[in-house]
Amino acid sequence: MSGKHIAKEQPKSFIFSEINLKKKDEILKKYPEQRKKSAVMPLLYLAQKQNDGWIPLAGIQYIADLLEVPYIKVFEVATFYTMYNLAPVGKYFVQVCTTTPCMIRGSGKIVDMCKKYISEKEGHLSEDKKSSWIEVECLGACVNAPMIQINDDYYEDLDEQSAKKIFQSFNDDSLPSIGSQKGRKGSEPIRDRLTLIKN
Amino acid sequence: MLKDKDRIFTNLYGDDSFDLNSSIKRGDWKDIKEITNKGKDWIIDQIKKSELRGRGGAGFPTGVKWSFAPKEVKEGRPHYLVINADESEPGTCKDRDIIRYEPQKLIEGCLIASYAVSANTCYVYIRGEYVNEGKILQQAIDQAYEKGYLGKNAAGTGWDLDMYIHFGAGAYICGEETALLESLEGNKGQPRLKPPFPALVGLYGCPTIVNNVETVAVVPTILRRGADWFASFGRPKNRGTKIFCISGNVNNPCNVEEEMSIPLKDLIEKHAGGVTGGWDNLQAVIPGGSSMPLLPKRVCETILMDFDSLIEAKSGLGTAGIVVIDKSQDIVKCISRIARFYKHESCGQCTPCREGSGWMWRMLERIGRGEADIEEIDMLMDVTKQIEGHTICAFGEGSSWPVQGLLRHFRKEMEEKCNA
Repeated sequence: MSGKHIAKEQPKSFIFSEINLKKKDEILKKYPEQRKKSAVMPLLYLAQKQNDGWIPLAGIQYIADLLEVPYIKVFEVATFYTMYNLAPVGKYFVQVCTTTPCMIRGSGKIVDMCKKYISEKEGHLSEDKKSSWIEVECLGACVNAPMIQINDDYYEDLDEQSAKKIFQSFNDDSLPSIGSQKGRKGSEPIRDRLTLIKN
Repeated sequence: MLKDKDRIFTNLYGDDSFDLNSSIKRGDWKDIKEITNKGKDWIIDQIKKSELRGRGGAGFPTGVKWSFAPKEVKEGRPHYLVINADESEPGTCKDRDIIRYEPQKLIEGCLIASYAVSANTCYVYIRGEYVNEGKILQQAIDQAYEKGYLGKNAAGTGWDLDMYIHFGAGAYICGEETALLESLEGNKGQPRLKPPFPALVGLYGCPTIVNNVETVAVVPTILRRGADWFASFGRPKNRGTKIFCISGNVNNPCNVEEEMSIPLKDLIEKHAGGVTGGWDNLQAVIPGGSSMPLLPKRVCETILMDFDSLIEAKSGLGTAGIVVIDKSQDIVKCISRIARFYKHESCGQCTPCREGSGWMWRMLERIGRGEADIEEIDMLMDVTKQIEGHTICAFGEGSSWPVQGLLRHFRKEMEEKCNA
């Protein structure tokens, strides 16, 4: 449970695009007819995706109307879960995991680099308005620590060099391939692998 | 060391494709019809005999949990199977690999489990950050539908099963099963009082069995190879194989499937390439994800990695997320960061947890900065005791145990940082 930054400047209205209206219908099919409130979370994601990574309050009202639930029921979900942004984020939204397994492998240095290459302040847009960063809790890729998430993708096994390369790539939109930056496929040991060895 | 032929997750590292045909070649879905033909009672009995205990942290016997589902489905009260893929316990990243590299094992397990507990609908609640893993799982589900392994008369078993993915949105507490159900119903993820337990009153008020990804994904292999085979690994009541995640100050951090009850030292020294700077540079290990109290080096020398052995050492196997901490780390800061995690993730419902998790964090920060008085160490222990056992869900224990572990084993280090 944490405080949420809600944008002061809000668009007056929000409606789903035609494609997203179709997606909404698909989402509603997943849940029993009389339980459409279950679609609150996926619809908030849909609104966030449509609106460049953040949900305006008008979007919350719109979803409440669609699902025929009170505004507060959608608002409380949007503020409870950390992944819903209620204020603009950068085109490249960087989430740095700093929980203990990442911390002891040097996530502090990654945070310093975010301050240097993106914005001195957490949660603020960079000067070119292209990127922003926040610290987050465990992203569940601990054996590939330290790691960050940029929009939907994980960048793992970072060090200062590879992190710098990633942050600089925002300038010309040339992000490196996702996953381990040390050439691992997944969570296998990087060397001296003893298991699952094909003959 | 477990032999490769006895590993269930043969594609744990993604050497091979996750797609359905590759999975079938690796042995998934083999004889599925014969397995279900033996009946629900046989399946539940076999899982009981295998002594499989839940892999999500609590270690509850899976077969027993399944047997709690009502035998008959009442009109208007369908049964549900819900898969807990909200993997968020710091130090844990095993379900991620099952989902992205072995999704068919999960799907096949879901069919068997759904049949055993009479569910025709299965929801997989996956953490919101696992966007790409969720996409892969959706592809795998789509492939299973195309092949007729899901839907009406799934895989020719005569059982109907529909399977859906529901994404969480960054709330650790939704890994708690009743918070997960609240979230699935479109609410804030705040745990429910138990009883009633989900097996009787769960999703939408209907009977619901909630299982961890790994638990369900090992079920098909257990039934194919036999309960005796699975139970031949590990010590009594701690049977089978298990995916261990070894992170932190080791040379080769990795996930590995090993036999239960394997010595912790073997996992670290053999599979993870040893502690950075050598074994003597070891300071402490968190053996089962962040909620489990740490173990000092002395205990790490001989401890076996299973539920009962770790309880004896006043810790726990939890999710088997092993975080290795070497002597270069400030141990108070390591646990303080965990306390900050719990402060951030408390759902806010119960006062002792909501307020206490912040207190513990702030006190540890003060101690870490050398601003605390020595009396505050006992006060900190008191705070943990005020939280533990006084909350609706086990988050209270999860947040106070790591602090208690620090106090138990590193009191001297803490005192040295305090004003006398």
